[in-house]
Amino acid sequence: MSRRYPEPRMFRCPDRLKPHYDAVIIGAGGHGLAAAYYLARDHGIRDVAVLEKSYLGAGGTGRNTAIIRSNYLTAEGVRFYDESLRLFRDLSADLDLNLFYSRRGHFTLAHSDATLRTMRWRAEVNKHLGVDSELVGPEVIRRECPQLDLSCGGHTPVLGALYHPPGAIARHDAVAWGYGRGASQRGVEIHQQTEVTGIRVQGGRVAGVETNRGFVETGKVLSAVAGYTPAVMEMVDVRTPLEVHPLQACVSEPLKPWLDTIIVSANLHLYVSQSSRGELVMGAALDPYELHSTRSTLDFVEGLAGHLLELFPFLGEVRVLRQWAGLADMTPDFSPIMGKTPVEGLYLDAGWGTWGFKATPVCGKTMAHTLANDRPHPLIEPFRLSRFEEFDLVGEKGAASVGH
Amino acid sequence: MKVMRCPVNGWRPIQEFSYGGAFRPMPQPGECSNRQWADYVFHRSGAAAVKKEWWCHLASGVWFIAERNTSTDEILETYLHGEDGHHE
Ligand SMILES: Cc1cc2nc3c(=O)[nH]c(=O)nc-3n(C[C@H](O)[C@H](O)[C@H](O)COP(=O)(O)OP(=O)(O)OC[C@H]3O[C@@H](n4cnc5c(N)ncnc54)[C@H](O)[C@@H]3O)c2cc1C
Repeated sequence: MSRRYPEPRMFRCPDRLKPHYDAVIIGAGGHGLAAAYYLARDHGIRDVAVLEKSYLGAGGTGRNTAIIRSNYLTAEGVRFYDESLRLFRDLSADLDLNLFYSRRGHFTLAHSDATLRTMRWRAEVNKHLGVDSELVGPEVIRRECPQLDLSCGGHTPVLGALYHPPGAIARHDAVAWGYGRGASQRGVEIHQQTEVTGIRVQGGRVAGVETNRGFVETGKVLSAVAGYTPAVMEMVDVRTPLEVHPLQACVSEPLKPWLDTIIVSANLHLYVSQSSRGELVMGAALDPYELHSTRSTLDFVEGLAGHLLELFPFLGEVRVLRQWAGLADMTPDFSPIMGKTPVEGLYLDAGWGTWGFKATPVCGKTMAHTLANDRPHPLIEPFRLSRFEEFDLVGEKGAASVGH
Repeated sequence: MKVMRCPVNGWRPIQEFSYGGAFRPMPQPGECSNRQWADYVFHRSGAAAVKKEWWCHLASGVWFIAERNTSTDEILETYLHGEDGHHE
């Protein structure tokens, strides 16, 4: 079958870089590819190259735990992520690719009064902005996830939860591949194994990028490299508040389906969902210090397993199948950094920390708009890089630190 | 097990330490501009490099400086603030 009806390639692989493009996007993660897709589809800018130093989806895009939600804490954040959620709902049809988008219901458990208070605050902000989100007591959690030991072995009982019914998961690789294919079909070139090593600036304006395969001339560059942003911004001497920490995750061996909700516990630094393959997909808090390496540690699985057993004691015999890590580019206020930079023609999409997968569609849309019009899209205006020197932060910490 | 040398207590497991961020000279708040102050408060040299950092040995409360390679996580030296490195 496969020999007679070969599956067409997802995207073209031109073997040569052209000397000039209308726009160059650094990084073939979900964000870079989505921006390329909307530039071509919505703004007619098709002479675009996406340059990727490794392979498509090599960064956080292929390493995240795929949680999608919009129950954030600030009005700016809620509006932005909710638009992403809206785009995600029709994305499979839009990209003509099954993204396995699966609505699960997202519970953020509270084991203390202080956490419960932040959740009430979040629920009220969410409801005010039309997001389906509410504070619920233990009865609702028991009904939706009967396997959970609400007493946590008597250690730190669950007092309630922020419940967000639209919370979902999706196949992260498919999101990147779908956007890549859609962009490629519309004329965008994707070049893997192509590392940007410098950005040429003339008279305060971008003139092109240096790569390991030669110089490419362009007047517009989008940096969408998440955990690698500080290195790229150093090329043009622009300082950012980003600090890179590894974020680790792991999956169990596949189990029969038993968990159809997404369970997060900020107090226990743990979150878990079950994939369509049956694996439990699990993550914990950020690694505690700066590191630009995707190494895994035993510390992480040990700590995570201990906390997992507090919630689900019956998982004691289950084995861990794989573990891995990705780089999280953390901002001081836990909101992203998006928009223009002090260099004309250089645009930034960064500060994705532990929360950027869910934002992929809205980032693509708003960054494409920003590049095409040389003006930030209204939804991302609050996330501008200059907010730090203006002391105008968008404090999202209560919702983004381990919330995914 | 990953270990680190506290200049006072010697080699201890890394779990006994807390990271205090990069070592950065503080501008005089009364004399610098808002921009310089914001740069100090928020901005970082975020790319991978050998960096000078504050660390604290939690059990004894000793704050000290570590020089660490942030790509490989190799700790090159640790010493008390005011003493320079280059001696064990
Ligand atoms: C373990 C883990 C779990 C996570 N869980 C979630 C979650 O549940 N929900 C959620 O919303 N988010 C989550 N995240 C965060 C999310 O994965 C990221 O924020 C998101 O993937 C960032 O996507 P991106 O496209 O901006 O960057 P990336 O996917 O990181 O892509 C950047 C690309 O740029 C390339 N690159 C870098 N430098 C250069 C250069 N000089 N030249 C050319 N190419 C370059 C890299 O190779 C990489 O492919 C998680 C992250 C991790 C690590």
